[in-house]
Amino acid sequence: MRAASRPEATPEEPLPQRQIALIDLLDRLLSGGVVLTGDVVLSIADIDLVRISLRALIVSISEQNPSPWHAISAPTGDDHDR
Amino acid sequence: MTATVSYAYAVARDADGSLEEALSGLPGVAEAPVHLVRVEHSDDVVVVSPVPERDFQEAALRAHLEDLDWLESVARAHHRVIQALAARTAVLPLRLATVYLDDERVRLMLRVRHEAFASRLTDLAAQVEWGVKIYVEAAAETERPASPPTDAGLSPGRAYLSQRRAQRHAREDAYRGAEQAAERVEAAARAYAVDRVQHRPQQGELARGPGENVINDAYLVPLQQAEDFRADVMQAAEGLPGVRVEVTGPWAPYSFAALAEAEPLKGTTP
Repeated sequence: MRAASRPEATPEEPLPQRQIALIDLLDRLLSGGVVLTGDVVLSIADIDLVRISLRALIVSISEQNPSPWHAISAPTGDDHDR
Repeated sequence: MTATVSYAYAVARDADGSLEEALSGLPGVAEAPVHLVRVEHSDDVVVVSPVPERDFQEAALRAHLEDLDWLESVARAHHRVIQALAARTAVLPLRLATVYLDDERVRLMLRVRHEAFASRLTDLAAQVEWGVKIYVEAAAETERPASPPTDAGLSPGRAYLSQRRAQRHAREDAYRGAEQAAERVEAAARAYAVDRVQHRPQQGELARGPGENVINDAYLVPLQQAEDFRADVMQAAEGLPGVRVEVTGPWAPYSFAALAEAEPLKGTTP
């Protein structure tokens, strides 16, 4: 006896055709995960840059949940000299 | 020959030593197969793959990260590796584009941090992340009648105003409904969840409708209760007009991976 709608085996990998929305992924990859200082120090300014340059598309790093680099708001070519 | 650096995806538990074989041939970023970096006296490994140095130097990376297609391909490759790990073992995803000069540098990092990793991996073992999003559907669009108002007793001006009022009320109802949905969903979720992180509501071109995203939360749920969580959350908002609940996942615990030591202060609660 088995439910008709259930696959026989639980697939370990997700089905390739069921693609995850990029925005859901970026929410997690750009504001989740363990933050380590790698050797290529894209760290601070560059991740900030992701936020800045793509902010029209994704606004990923939450304001209530500022990232460690938040304090260092590097002047990254955002063109507003004030 | 292309110079490479080591892209680190995650820390994972390799308790029975089978992970290397299980992952063999799995392509990572830039299609190179992933492998493990180990240290002595620990079951926890870092999953890495070589990536071209020229793409991951600071200036190049800076430029690449502005390229949405490049970002997407790296994000999907990163996620593919995390998924494969999460299907087999406890995993602590690292932030996108964590790069070391070589595997030896990764090993050094693991040696220094393995205790913090081990404790977080233990906390997160056998738990999954669910994304829960609540949308207010565009009431203004759906409420607009296709034909002129039927109430013939009203002048065109009054009819217009009454129609606008009806639209506004529909929208207000939808937002009220969303608030109610949020409360019900949260109550349902709390019965199972051990932690929650609130992401910023999704907006902009990448956000998918229909409707406006007003809640974008992540819940950490024990694996055994994962399906019950999903079912109860989906059911919680049934019957509320103009409100849609979307559950994504199960994800590896991306939103909960942060190490305790990275938090500003240890909590004072017992």
